[in-house]
Amino acid sequence: MQEWSAAEAEAGPDVVASDRDAPVIATRALTKRYRGGQLAVDGLDLTVPAGSVFGFLGPNGSGKTTTIRMLMGLIEPTSGTARVLGRPMPRSSRAVLPHIGALIEGPALYGFLSGRDNLLRYDAADPTADPSTRRTRVGAALDRVGLTTAAGKKAKAYSLGMKQRLGLAAALLQPRRLLVLDEPTNGLDPQGMREIRSLVRELASDGTTVFLSSHLLDEIEQVCTHAAVMAQGRLITQGAVADLAAGARGRLVVTTPDVSDAARVLKEQGVADVVVAEDRVTCEPPDRELADVNAALVTANVRVRGFGVERASLEDAFVALTGEGFDVAG
Amino acid sequence: MSPVETAVTAQPPVVQKPNPLWTFGLLRSELVTTFRRWRTLALLAVLAAVPVLIGIAVKSQTNGGPGGGGHGADGGPAFITQVTNNGLFLVFTALAATLPFFLPMAIGVIAGDAIAGEANSGTLRYLLVAPAGRTRLLFAKYTATMAFCLVATLVVAISALAVGALLFPLGDLTTISGTRISFADGLGRALLIALVVAASLVGVAALGLFVSTLTNSGIAAMATTVGLVITVQILDQIPQLHALQPYFFSHYWLSFADLMRDPVYWDDLIHNLGLQALYAAVFGSAAWARFTAKDITA
Repeated sequence: MQEWSAAEAEAGPDVVASDRDAPVIATRALTKRYRGGQLAVDGLDLTVPAGSVFGFLGPNGSGKTTTIRMLMGLIEPTSGTARVLGRPMPRSSRAVLPHIGALIEGPALYGFLSGRDNLLRYDAADPTADPSTRRTRVGAALDRVGLTTAAGKKAKAYSLGMKQRLGLAAALLQPRRLLVLDEPTNGLDPQGMREIRSLVRELASDGTTVFLSSHLLDEIEQVCTHAAVMAQGRLITQGAVADLAAGARGRLVVTTPDVSDAARVLKEQGVADVVVAEDRVTCEPPDRELADVNAALVTANVRVRGFGVERASLEDAFVALTGEGFDVAG
Repeated sequence: MSPVETAVTAQPPVVQKPNPLWTFGLLRSELVTTFRRWRTLALLAVLAAVPVLIGIAVKSQTNGGPGGGGHGADGGPAFITQVTNNGLFLVFTALAATLPFFLPMAIGVIAGDAIAGEANSGTLRYLLVAPAGRTRLLFAKYTATMAFCLVATLVVAISALAVGALLFPLGDLTTISGTRISFADGLGRALLIALVVAASLVGVAALGLFVSTLTNSGIAAMATTVGLVITVQILDQIPQLHALQPYFFSHYWLSFADLMRDPVYWDDLIHNLGLQALYAAVFGSAAWARFTAKDITA
């Protein structure tokens, strides 16, 4: 029980007072080298602001999972520090983890137990969970992920999507300050993905910080306020999603049946990187007035169906940062 | 839920102090989970079947050959010759028959699977993130394994008592020393013997738990533990190793028969219990040292 008093002493009044604005996750030079010398995470400085929906991106093998496991106290860092909810991990696991709901590398369930009994077991493992409210909270969590009708079925009979939902329900057994969700929409149908996204937004609007890893860039773009990109154990960039996407420039897109004429006129207008595809011509937007470019096209008898700048996506930003497509790597 | 949620999330971290009694929730959950597993029930069913087989074998032998009741002395498990006179002896016979192999094998399966099985299915990471706490989880696992030792032994004893009462007469019995004791006294000794047999398995349980912390494969941990049990039993039969044999966890197992002496001969019993305590301390500490420092990558 000494660990508890130590943890309490550490969370003295000054820590508590500044806590609301303090980052929920802050790592300094966090490094993990596995036995055998493989460097999985290399000097990671990650800052997750409170109240953000934080997208954690990177190809497979880039160190995302190792980082999450270090943050959750499952793996001891080789060097560097990690603070979660203002406390050092893994030392303060017992004080920090009850405030965190986690879905790590897919759900893991006891196949011979029903969905409800799985949740009862995970809740029993949390020493801060009140047994007198256990059944109510389990029921509420099942309801929240839409599994109430299947709660009595054995978990081995669940589909992948149902298992994923049950894993999410386990993360929602208690009100949490931080949710760590590793690929939460894996195995879900489009309807299920939409539900999970709206659930994430709903939780975030309640003030819960959500740390979300995903390989679906548009998902991150739709849901996240902040993002970080990892590759080969190193952090490439992190920041607000809007800023990251702004780093990559948008493209001017001209839709026309006269593509070759359009491409010629655009080149004459001095725009760079003209690409022709079917009935579209795309290029880097010139610095001059776009209306003049459009007028030049029309004057040259190019029949223009559509003309406009497409906003840069996070994928464009990612490609610009890593020099490779996201899907290729993972 | 949501007003509560907003209240909690808007506030600085409240250190939720666990009620000390709530920590037993994990132990209870562990027991329920262990005994609801189909595998556990199958092991218990096999153990319950052993006394039935012995009882039927003894009964048919007695019926087949007239006056053949006392001729099983060579080879059979201890007390088997007395079973026809008193069904209570089937309890001692069954325990003597299952202790060298069936019981430790069952314990090896449960103990070997304890941590490695959870790692294998990935549930270990969720238990630890819950957070179960590594020491607390290991403690719950060891307690549940020891509870299984007790239940397994009692299943053998109760099954044997039922079969014995059904097939053979019950009544006052004669101890190894030749004195007669009442049936009630005999029952008391049977219970005591069952408890001693269960305690004899504590060493195997600790060994299995330690093996279980070494690997992420439940099957490998089970096989290793059962393999160790068999190896030690074989080594215990090799005369050249007699200097080492007093340290084998199985060496004093059959000393429980001394409880049927009058007066009880305690020396080997105490050796046995001390040895089991030593195994529990050594391998329990090793399991703790290993498990609390382990990177959970499964």
